[in-house]
Amino acid sequence: MPMSNLFKEFLSAPLTAKFGMLVIFGYAVISIFAPLIAPYGETEILGGAYELWGDKYLLGTDNLGRDMLSRLIYGARNTIGIALLITVLAFLLGSITGMIAATVGGWTDQILGRIVDVLMSIPSLIFALLVLSIFGTAMPYLISVIAILDSTRVFRLARATAMNVAVMDFVEVARLRGERLGWITVKEILPNITAPLLAEFGLRFCFVFLFISALSFLGLGIQPPTADWGSMVRDNSTLITYDDITPLLPAGAIALLTVAVNFVVDWMLHKSSGLKDVS
Amino acid sequence: MSAETHSNTESGTITPLLEVKGLRIEGLSEKGWHEIVCGVDLQLKRGEVLGLIGESGAGKSTIGLASMGYTRDGCRITDGDIIFDGLELRTASEEKKRRLRGTRIAYVAQSAAAAFNPAHRLLDQFSEAPVDHGVLSRREAEKKGRDLYRSLDLPDPENIGERWPHQVSGGQLQRMMVAMAMACGPDLLVFDEPTTALDVTTQIEVLKTIKEVVTARQVAAIYITHDLAVVAQLADHLMVLRYGDLIEMNTTGQMLTAPQQDYTRALLDARTRHEKPPSEAAESGALLTINSVTAGYRNGPDILQDVSVSVTRGQTVAVVGESGSGKSTLARVITGLLPPRSGSIEFAGERLPPELAQRNKRQLREAQMIYQMPDVALNPRQRVRDIIGRPLSFYLGLSGKERERRIIELLEQIELSDRYIDRFPGELSGGEKQRICIARALAAEPDLIICDEVTSALDTIVAQAILNLLQRLQSELRLTYLFISHDLDTVASIADKVVVFYAGRIAEQGPKSAVFEPPFHPYTRLLLSSVPEMRQNWLEETLSTREAQAGIAREVKITERGCPFNERCPAVIPDICVSERPPVQTAASGHTFACQHSPKELAS
Amino acid sequence: MIHILKIVAQRIALGLLTLLVISLFITFGVELLPGDLAESILGQSATPETVRVFRAELGLDKPAHLRYLDWLAGMATGDMGVSLANKREISELVGIRLANTLFLGGFAAAIAVPLALLLGILAALYRNSFYDRAVNVFTLTSISFPEFFVAYILILFFAIKFGWFPGISNVSTELALGDKLYRTLLPAATLTLVVVAHMMRMTRAAIINLLASPYIEMARLKGIRPTRIILRHALPNALAPIVNVIALNLAYLVVGVVIVEVVFVYPGLGQLLVDSVSKRDVPVVQACSMIFASVYILLNLSADVISIITNPRLLHPR
Repeated sequence: MPMSNLFKEFLSAPLTAKFGMLVIFGYAVISIFAPLIAPYGETEILGGAYELWGDKYLLGTDNLGRDMLSRLIYGARNTIGIALLITVLAFLLGSITGMIAATVGGWTDQILGRIVDVLMSIPSLIFALLVLSIFGTAMPYLISVIAILDSTRVFRLARATAMNVAVMDFVEVARLRGERLGWITVKEILPNITAPLLAEFGLRFCFVFLFISALSFLGLGIQPPTADWGSMVRDNSTLITYDDITPLLPAGAIALLTVAVNFVVDWMLHKSSGLKDVS
Repeated sequence: MSAETHSNTESGTITPLLEVKGLRIEGLSEKGWHEIVCGVDLQLKRGEVLGLIGESGAGKSTIGLASMGYTRDGCRITDGDIIFDGLELRTASEEKKRRLRGTRIAYVAQSAAAAFNPAHRLLDQFSEAPVDHGVLSRREAEKKGRDLYRSLDLPDPENIGERWPHQVSGGQLQRMMVAMAMACGPDLLVFDEPTTALDVTTQIEVLKTIKEVVTARQVAAIYITHDLAVVAQLADHLMVLRYGDLIEMNTTGQMLTAPQQDYTRALLDARTRHEKPPSEAAESGALLTINSVTAGYRNGPDILQDVSVSVTRGQTVAVVGESGSGKSTLARVITGLLPPRSGSIEFAGERLPPELAQRNKRQLREAQMIYQMPDVALNPRQRVRDIIGRPLSFYLGLSGKERERRIIELLEQIELSDRYIDRFPGELSGGEKQRICIARALAAEPDLIICDEVTSALDTIVAQAILNLLQRLQSELRLTYLFISHDLDTVASIADKVVVFYAGRIAEQGPKSAVFEPPFHPYTRLLLSSVPEMRQNWLEETLSTREAQAGIAREVKITERGCPFNERCPAVIPDICVSERPPVQTAASGHTFACQHSPKELAS
Repeated sequence: MIHILKIVAQRIALGLLTLLVISLFITFGVELLPGDLAESILGQSATPETVRVFRAELGLDKPAHLRYLDWLAGMATGDMGVSLANKREISELVGIRLANTLFLGGFAAAIAVPLALLLGILAALYRNSFYDRAVNVFTLTSISFPEFFVAYILILFFAIKFGWFPGISNVSTELALGDKLYRTLLPAATLTLVVVAHMMRMTRAAIINLLASPYIEMARLKGIRPTRIILRHALPNALAPIVNVIALNLAYLVVGVVIVEVVFVYPGLGQLLVDSVSKRDVPVVQACSMIFASVYILLNLSADVISIITNPRLLHPR
């Protein structure tokens, strides 16, 4: 889409969606240019623990005397980066298998469907905790476990929407023409389900993002000394009892991004569904 | 009911029951509000029936609902008056309108299956309006329900009301809804396409009920439909609408015999049977031969039983039958989507592999298909260029300039200009979409095109144009058509040979002239007599025939033994037809049929 | 009737099967670890002797299928084994905490379910009104907040600034119900806020979907009173989707409870689970996971069964 169209789309969006897009853009800039923006290093210990907000340390220091602002900025990079990585993995896995299940049908569909049913009937947080207790909190395990769990929901959606398309006559036309599975999936089905998949990507990202933040908050996610918003809340939570809102900043940073993505997704769903209502 | 309802004017003429003046309604679309009814007037006296006729987008349903003071979400009345028996409905309070609805004005929807609440029994839904409005007690309402069911000839009237909506067949449910509308003895009924979704033989049964209600009980009615022949049986006056404007209004007789406007003439013309002249010197030799095919889905019964058809090159063979007759299954068997349980298919003298996956590119190319719903037969994300171009590159290996030139040539053949090449299906009208589907089929340079109900989703005038196009292409390109349809008028206008399906078996087949002339197979006779004709009194005449009395109000059943039509057949031979398969006989006129009776007996 | 019982039985059998698969996974998940669990947990202090003792404690020296059957029998009879961390009977650890967690969840559900249904139905009825739009923005925002964010905001205001409620919810069995409710109010409010948002959105969507049905329009055109349309035409058909929404959100609540318990230091099963995960106290984690998963599956199962037995098409076959 040319730039001018993109801009027009932006202007036509409701206020909430505009706000969402601006926030997402801001977060993207901060994560990409984190080393340039942050006043101090990510893990540098600079002063005493829990120093107050001031000129030197704009938002004070944390429980180990590291600059809060710098860690917030680096945290964007780490937390968003990992959430994005997991979402992309979950998406590739879920949407490809989902579309194949819908197009091929038969036994492939049955078997994949049963596996997903079982995985989905276990609450993901419990599942993740179980796996972490066995394997320990190593990053690759964390990433693959959450990605697999999350791909089940993507699978469901991709399969259901692809099914709706696969029963249409134009897919039958392609079959009768003698087209191969690859063509049917990529050229006939995929273009018709991109809108719901894109929206789902946003929702999945929110979910993953909240999920790893929750795990980090429980001390089981991204491990120190890496700056990460969830663990920053946990590490500094005692400040709350002194009526200090500093630990709420990383939590607020998580909330703000999730709100922004949700606003944009809501608008996209509304647009793609026309007058139909989607929650 | 208030006292002022029966007032007369000074001049002595009776005030109309319903008067609509300068009605304007707007609808909300993605581009904002736009007018869908543009200043319509109508008048309806007590006991009169007014037909609202128009194609899709004419605004006829919107007007029908507005006459009850009701608009759907996303619609609003912007101007005009709706006066029902002295009460202005546009300004009346919701409560006042609510008290009128169901008691004095009642509504009959297009789909009874959707309009009945699945969570309640039918008689409970019948009694709801009279009891809720305080017209009848619960006991009285239920008694009235049973009486109405009985007088409308519904089966088992004492107990049918205890059933749930999903337990009753489509035609019966539609009649139950007519009965429900009569629960409070209304002055005005609004019928919104009540027979559109039904088969012809079922349509008659519902029409009979409606006719009985409006004539015997002297109820005024607005009857909304796209089918002139149907409404001509019921209406005193007709209004033709187009894009929210009134085109013409007249008495039914005048409208049918002396239409004033071109559009009305076009509507009438499209609904008149145009007999096709027989194809010139059809070549000898069959292009497609179906040899005693039996087929069914998964573990289900045989949907097709021992079906043999042969299609001569350059001809059009029409397959007719009601829903559930197996005619679309036949198309699936021919294309290889459903491998038959037994039997074989030969194409140009070569036996086709039963499964799609085993057929080669040439075999696939030679037979193409066109579908009922052009909306879902075209990928909404592909441009016309890609849609028509794909078979060119896939089958014929064309690319670049050559492909482009051929696409434009094909567009010309289907009478569309080259400006269409960059459009998406969403930017085309229904008729244009169907033309693109035809072009896509032509692109493969096939010998045979299977047309599956290709005109039934289109408005009548558009459908007529598509039929003309198909015929022109046939004579220019020497195409062979297998034409599947439930509409006998369409079949009559395009076919050389007709195959009549009933419950998965061939009842009769032969040259069109032979099938559509006596001697008839009893089912063909029922089918032919059920097609509404464009003249008044057709309904009464037809209902008095013994075919109609025996054959309507029954469901199509697939049977293992005997003749599947035996329950509905007026000429049934009680013991034999139930237990023995009817023999296939050949008549002197050159067609074959499956019946216990001889051609001579059937000719009478 | 036979027909419907068969469907219900099938559904229940499927639920039990799922539980069985999960129990298999929970026990055999341990086998997936590259190397030996005992060595991996003991880490530095692993000598051949300690590893041998540890393995015996975990039952790792027995063949896998026996270990599984033992465990399954234990779970069924309430004997869940012994904690690695403090050698106490797991059933002892779990019992009181399970009751606490169910109390907290039940408390939150008692507020959340009626509130969410009411607000959701109102949003659907007054669709596209200002109220509806405000609800949309509020719920979208609210589901975007991490639970611990909501929790700390509530603590900051209601516990620290105003001092109305305790910021730490330690409850014990001796407390009177009133006192218990008072101390549990903030965690329950946190859960409510998060769950209500989800539930309202789903309820609204389900009701809007329903109100668009032709039979609702038919009822309007029959002149039926609006209240009666809602009660008699919409509600019976809304039952299945609403039950579904409730079950889904209760299941969500069961899991959301884990984080809230940690924030408020509430002595529930969730906290025990998190503690045990960080201590890698595998038997406790297994027991807790099994309990959580069972509750979750039972909730979803009951929703399915209710929607089956209220479906007129299945209740009254042709």
